[in-house]
Amino acid sequence: MNFLHHLLEKQRPLFEKGGKFERFYYVFEAAETFLFTPPSTTPARGAHIRDAIDLKRMMMTVVIAMLPCLLFGMWNAGHQHYLAIGQEADFMTKFLLGLQHTLPIILVAYASGGLVEVIFAIMRKHPINEGFLVTGMLIPLVMPITIPLWQVAVATIFAVLVAKEVFGGTGMNVLNVALTARAFLYFAYPTEISGSVWTYLGEGATTVDGYSGATALAIIAETSEALKSNFTPGAAVAALNNVSWAPGLFSFENLFWGAIPGSIGETSTLMCLIGAAILIATGVGSWKIILSVFAGAYLTGLLVNAVALNAYMDLPAHYHLVIGGLAFGAVFMATDPVSAAHTETGKWIYGFLIGFFTVVIRVFNPAYPEGIMLAILLMNVFAPLIDYYVVQANKNRRLSRATV
Amino acid sequence: MSTQTETAAKVQSAEPLFSKKNRKLLVDPLDGNNPITVQVLGICSALAVTVQMKPALVMSLGVIFVASFSSLFISLLRNTIPTRIRIIVQLAVVASWVVIVDQVLKAYVYDVSKQLSVFVGLIITNCIIMGRLEAFALGNKPWPSFLDGIGNGLGYGVILIIVAFFRELLGSGSVFGVKILGADSLTGLPYQGNGLMMLPAGACIVIGLLIWAQRARNGYAEEH
Repeated sequence: MNFLHHLLEKQRPLFEKGGKFERFYYVFEAAETFLFTPPSTTPARGAHIRDAIDLKRMMMTVVIAMLPCLLFGMWNAGHQHYLAIGQEADFMTKFLLGLQHTLPIILVAYASGGLVEVIFAIMRKHPINEGFLVTGMLIPLVMPITIPLWQVAVATIFAVLVAKEVFGGTGMNVLNVALTARAFLYFAYPTEISGSVWTYLGEGATTVDGYSGATALAIIAETSEALKSNFTPGAAVAALNNVSWAPGLFSFENLFWGAIPGSIGETSTLMCLIGAAILIATGVGSWKIILSVFAGAYLTGLLVNAVALNAYMDLPAHYHLVIGGLAFGAVFMATDPVSAAHTETGKWIYGFLIGFFTVVIRVFNPAYPEGIMLAILLMNVFAPLIDYYVVQANKNRRLSRATV
Repeated sequence: MSTQTETAAKVQSAEPLFSKKNRKLLVDPLDGNNPITVQVLGICSALAVTVQMKPALVMSLGVIFVASFSSLFISLLRNTIPTRIRIIVQLAVVASWVVIVDQVLKAYVYDVSKQLSVFVGLIITNCIIMGRLEAFALGNKPWPSFLDGIGNGLGYGVILIIVAFFRELLGSGSVFGVKILGADSLTGLPYQGNGLMMLPAGACIVIGLLIWAQRARNGYAEEH
């Protein structure tokens, strides 16, 4: 460590004012603070207490919380591959196959997004922000394993540019950057991010009989579409349980555990909950938002159950919590401290409406099999409005108490 | 006193057709006072007709024609229009020109007319044209008003063409319907059309980026 520190210190004059690489001072600064604790401490006379936690530590906590999802996602990518081609493989083989296909996506996302960040930091003469640490990891986790790498790069650059830098950089974005990247791909290149893209098959691989790469969401939507209003209660669950090529793939337990086709990091509700525990324990993520997203989705699920005009509306409400990316979105996307509501009451409303809209989009809009992405983006836009009314209500309440 | 007004009148009558002031009327809306990117008017048609360049070009020409001649005629009529009914008079004048444009398009470029559909008719309510009539033609002489109409029509058209260029190029890899990107194109470069650019949301983003670039260059900032 000392060696590294000396090495960095030796380069310092080059980057400081008057140095050869003055323009790139903030690149140097980023490398330094990434490796070592900043030297700034509370002065003897000062009101500010400097905590060990700064933006970098906070972002690293989120990245650590995502690791269970990432590692599981790598294993699952391999698992789905061998399941689809009908071969047996041991744990490490599956994991390494997943790693081999996930790592390039992560590297491309970090490199392309980081490049935009560095360019803007140099242009605007501000330190390189750490916000991208999380975004660069979130983007691969919401991509299918088969996504072409150039699309990852284009989407990442677009999202960092249009969702973040346009509004002034880290801490100024209106929309969640990672979801903007996914939404961009979803509308720009829909064939690579919807349908049966969720399992890596490999060139010329033969799949098992009756194989279909559809996700649970797609199967339910298809069943519902096919049966229309003359369905029998429980038809959606029956359709999930009757997947012929892999019995039990979409049982409730397996949906919760997450060994199902889907985007790399979002399949496992269990791993998302572990991530949620880390975020809540460290105080980085808001438990109110996470809880209210689940509550909103569950209650809306119950509501559509009560009406139950087709097979999708009849789907038991607890299924909504484990299919698709609801858990991942609730834990890692909705809790983004910048784009979420900031007031405590606002967080409840914000989260609840995300859950509500997710189920509404899933059930009522056949064009979008998954609703959590669009629900979060929509509520990102409305979050400032929610905050405004919460603050106004508080003002009015206090004014009514005033006796002057 | 009387001599002063006389000289002033003389100076005005001696003003050349393209004096500095008149040139400004023509050039200003192209950049510094652009109706779309600075005044943010006429956005809806800019989003709707810019999927391809050909309809965008035809639409721009239509708006330039309607804007300039409406301005000219409203300016000619400006002293006889009663203030209380001026909007309806303006609408009648604009509508006459729009009908002419519509008929010409139907006669000579029917396919484009089909693509533009209601948006030609909606030129009547285009806020750029109404805005210029209200703000300029009602208080200025015919020739400057005519130039102002052309200028603003051009300002609108320039943005339309730029937006349509990017949307058509990125969305379907072609320019004016000629494929220049993609396997079966002139260059043969591999290219996959970007579906977002085919949606109105794509136009919204392109216009936003244009506004960003323009303001960064001109140093223009919104007043709070």
